[in-house]
This record gives sequence, structure tokens and C-alpha cells, in this order.
Amino acid sequence: MISSEAPLILEISDLHARVEDQVILNGVNLVLRAGEVHALMGRNGSGKSTLAKVLAGHPSYVVTAGSVRFKGEDLLNLTPEERSRIGVFLGFQYPVEIPGVSNLEFLRVATNARRQQSGRSELDTFEFEDFVHERLKVVQMDPAFLERSVNEGFSGGEKKRNEILQMALLEPLISILDETDSGLDIDALRIVASGVNQLATPETATLLITHYQRLLNEIKPDFVHVMSNGRILRTGGSELALKLEQSGYEWVDESFANQEAD
Amino acid sequence: MLATRKWLEALSSPNGVLKTVQRNGRQHLSKIGMPARTQDPWRLADLTRLEELLSLPVSSETLNSSSSEQDSLPVVPQDRFRLFLDSRSDLGSLSLPDGCRLLSNDELERFLGQTLDKCPSTTEWPIAINQASASCVLGLLISGKKVPPIEVILRANSNELMPTRLLIILEEKAELDLLQVFLGEANSAQSHLLEIHVGSDAKFTHSWLARGSGDSSLMSQISVQQDLNSEYALNFIQYGWEFARFESSLLQVDGNANSTIRGLQITKGIEQSSTHSTVRFDGPEGSFDQLQKSVISGSSHSIFHGLIDVPKIAQRTNASQLSRNLLLSDRARIDTKPELKIVADDVKCAHGATVSQLQQEELFYLQSRGIESKQATNLLLKGFCYDIFENSPVELENWINLDQLLVSLQ
Repeated sequence: MISSEAPLILEISDLHARVEDQVILNGVNLVLRAGEVHALMGRNGSGKSTLAKVLAGHPSYVVTAGSVRFKGEDLLNLTPEERSRIGVFLGFQYPVEIPGVSNLEFLRVATNARRQQSGRSELDTFEFEDFVHERLKVVQMDPAFLERSVNEGFSGGEKKRNEILQMALLEPLISILDETDSGLDIDALRIVASGVNQLATPETATLLITHYQRLLNEIKPDFVHVMSNGRILRTGGSELALKLEQSGYEWVDESFANQEAD
Repeated sequence: MLATRKWLEALSSPNGVLKTVQRNGRQHLSKIGMPARTQDPWRLADLTRLEELLSLPVSSETLNSSSSEQDSLPVVPQDRFRLFLDSRSDLGSLSLPDGCRLLSNDELERFLGQTLDKCPSTTEWPIAINQASASCVLGLLISGKKVPPIEVILRANSNELMPTRLLIILEEKAELDLLQVFLGEANSAQSHLLEIHVGSDAKFTHSWLARGSGDSSLMSQISVQQDLNSEYALNFIQYGWEFARFESSLLQVDGNANSTIRGLQITKGIEQSSTHSTVRFDGPEGSFDQLQKSVISGSSHSIFHGLIDVPKIAQRTNASQLSRNLLLSDRARIDTKPELKIVADDVKCAHGATVSQLQQEELFYLQSRGIESKQATNLLLKGFCYDIFENSPVELENWINLDQLLVSLQ
């Protein structure tokens, strides 16, 4: 149940950002409260992934105006690792392969960094193994993937499961999932979506970046936003995604142009 | 020339089992003098380091690693056998494990230098330095498959040049797992000459850790001759030396053998570390796989030159050589040259080199999971070195604090 009284998790106000000389975000406004699931849709190049990376603190993107507050705190002043530790999680569209770095070791170091920040004790190797094996069930992942290098040689679906496994271990307050459905077959999509649903709680918020209704059949959004040219042009309920599926993005552009003309 | 003459004059008279070798080495050294940058093998070398090396007196006292020194070393695991080698070791008193015995003086006279002469030629000067100064040689004969893993520790004291020489012969079907550890104190130098003969169907797993400190230097030469169906695998790690030069020369006498070399050199500050390897197949159906990695930071300089020589007789050879280099600073320098010389027409040979920096996207990925930048860099560096450690004995971890080493590069 969505309530406007629920605590604020993320407030994005008039956010502008560029990469090199190219302006990509042109005044994004978005508010996410605890317990909410938001879907962010839009054409390729509309700025969705840039917004995700700016929120996670990617060094290539420069914020030129606006603010982002995470539970009232200025998020933009924090390093990527500090953002993760306080509970911001970005599920990558293209998870990076890191040869030679053990997935298990990586997951343990990451989990302990987050636990330390939230005042919980760090897990030693044995405790972590128990914890990770329990969490593997969320995404029905084969434990053999723990023994391999981070994402190296993983299929598209396995990489996305590994992302959701990280989400399950880090227990973030806000999860920004950038096209988590891309490259997934129907079964893998259901498994990943089920993982996201299991991890969503009344205390957390989720921002799903997607192109397709099929993900939203599995994870029901409370709000759907449409982005174009670095701004959110329209916000609605889940019916908005269905309308987009039928009418495409031109309809949004036209209705926005009419609205501007009025 | 003056530096060479002064150094030669300071040497004690030729003596011991290597008397003739010493005499010949000295004559040769006085003939060739100091290397020059105009000579191709020394084109990139910092020759001032060679002169500094010659300013050190040759170690003259038995090191006999005192018990307190041995205490500071990692404990010998139960199933392994450790021995110390220095320039004046009293080799006659060495106790050795079953399946391993010392070569007699007659055998030494017969076998010493054979592999060195047979293998593709390496640079003359480091060999001449060793021959001119080494007064003893440890010759080991390995028989059977039950010899426990052996560790040979070579530690030079400060303010001395320690020459050591080793000859290892593996009889037919013998197996040996050897770990050599070179330790360099500040302002010390080592010259090491190693000959290995791997008999047919024999298997030699060779690990090599060369850990220098301060302004230490190391010049090492390995010559390996392999008979039919033998296996030789070398995993070597070299770091911490102000000047290090590693040369390996490998010959598959009749082809049809397996050879692997995995090397890692890590440099920082103003260090210069170089690896030069040559492999030749004198018969068909040999295989060789080489991976050479470097991590280069500060203003240091890393050099790799690898040559695979496949003459006409070596049909159906399968060889590959890859040099991968990670530059951590814009002042650091890498020179790498993997080279193939192929005459045979039915072979599979590959070579390549990559030079890269730490990947921004990999760093960001780790940081976005709460791992702070230094630790993320450390994880990536460890990942880069992983292939080398993966194939090294676990005991190597007792000798190297990789985390500390990698942090010192940042």
C-alpha cells in the first residue's frame, strides 16, 4: 500500500548532468518513498542509464545543476563506495567481467563493507559462506558461480542473476535496476523478477529501468515514468506502460508538445 | 673496462672444483669487458647498475645461515625439504632426501656446462661473471618419483655479490618439485647460473620467487634441456630488485616434450626488471606455452624479450607466447617484444602483447559495491596476477605478502 506519508528515500530535483561535452540530463525530478516500485521507461538515449550512473556516482558524469537527497542526505557529495554503503544499489545493464577476482571474495568484501557501515558485525569466511548459500536461493543460482571470477564467462542471464544476488547480500534501501531484463529468456526473467519481488520490503524502494512491459508483468510498479531528452515527461500508473506498449513513444512526445502549447 | 679489471683483480685465486671454469671465465670476461648499449641484448639495460654491481666484493665467508636467520624464515612444511645455497656452501655435509643425491666431482666434470652449451645462446656477460667468481656448484641427481618437494634458499648479505651455481639432472621418469627463493638484502647482488637436464618421461615443476629489497641486484640464467616426452613448467615471480635480469634458454632436444613458462615481474620506484627467454625445438611435435606478465609503477622500467625458434625439423610444433602488461603510472615504462622465428611449415604458433592501465569501469563496478578505491585497486591487481599464483605451490604464500606488495605500488 502506497502512502504519501511513507518516508522519503530519494529526492531528485532539477538534476542536470553531462558526459564530456554532451548534456544528457536536463532537469530530472523524481521522488521515491519507502515501499514504492517505480518504472522508468523511454527511448534509447533518453537519459535513463545516465540517471542510474549519476545516482551511483560514476566518475565520467558531471552533475552541472540540481540535487539528489537520499534520506535527507546530499547524495552527490558522496563517493560511489559511500553511496553503496549507505544503501544505494545499482544493478548494471552490462555487469563488468573482472578476470582473476574471485566472485566469492568480491561478494564477501562488498557485503562486509555494507554491514560495517550499518553497524553490523563483519562476516568471516565461514559465516559468509552460510549467508551467501542462503541468498543464492533468491535467484536460484548455482553455487559453482561463486568459485569463478567475477562475471567472467557468465551468460547474460547469469550476470543478471549475479547482480540480484549482490542486491540480496547488500540489502540496499534503494535498488536502481538498469535494464535488468535485457538479455534474459522468459524463465530467467521470471527468476530475476521473483528475486526482486522477494527483496522489496515496505522499507525499501525500487527504480526499474526497462523498455518492456513483460518485466512489469512480473514486478508491478506503483508508478511509471517516461523519459525523453533528459527529462521525465510523463508519470502515471501501470496503465501508462500498457499505453506505451500499444502506442509507442511518439504519443508521449505529441501529448507533451500539446501540453506545452496549451 | 676499468670496472671489470678492478673487479677481476680483487677476486681470490681460482680454487676448488670450479678452478678451471673460474680461470676460463676470468679470461673471457677480461676479453669481452663491460656490456655496451650498442649490443642488442643490452640496448635497454641501465648499465650503471652493472658497474654498481661490480663495485661489490664477492662474498668470501661461509654464510651457513645462522639459526637466528633461519628463524626469521617461514617454517619448513613437514613434507618438504629445505636447503640453503651460498657462494661457499660446504656441500659435502648436505643431507638430502631419498631419491636425490649429490653429483660426484667426476660427474660434475662430465656434465657441468653441457646444457649451457647445448641450449640456445644467452647473453655472455652474466655467465662470465658467474663463471669467473663462483667457487662451488651444487649438483643434484634426481631419481624416481618419490622425492619430496625441495626448497633452495639463496640469500645474499648486504655489501656483497653472491655467485651461486646449480646443476640438476632428472633421470628418466624422475619427478621433481623445486621452489627456489632468492632473497636480496639492501646493497647486495646475486649472480645465479642454473642448468637443468630433464630426462625422457621426467617431470620438473619449477617455482621461482626472487624477492629483492632496496638497491639489490639479481642476474640469473637458466638453461633447460628436455628429452623426449618430458615436462618442464616454470612459474617465476620477480620483484623488489633495483636491477634484475632473468634469462632463460630452453631446448627440446628431440621435440615431443611439453614446456610452460609463467612469469610475473612487478616493479616500482626506479627499478628495472627484465626477462629474456629463448625456446628452440630440435625435433617435431613439441609444445610450449608462455605467459609473461608485468605490473609497472612509479618510474620503473620493465622489459620482456621472448623468442620462439622453430627450425625446419620441428614440424607440428604448438607454441604460444603472450606478454601482458599493466602500467600503473604515466612515468613507468614497458618494452616488450615477443618474437617468432619459424622455418617449419606445419606448425601452430601464436604470440601477442598487450599494454593496459587499470580499467575505470572495473574500478567503478567494485566501488559501486562499497569497496573503497584502494581496496578495489588491490583486488584488480591481485586479479591480474592471479594466473601466476594459481599455478604456484601454496607454500609460496609464506614467502610473499602480496597485499602489502600491491599496496606499495599505489
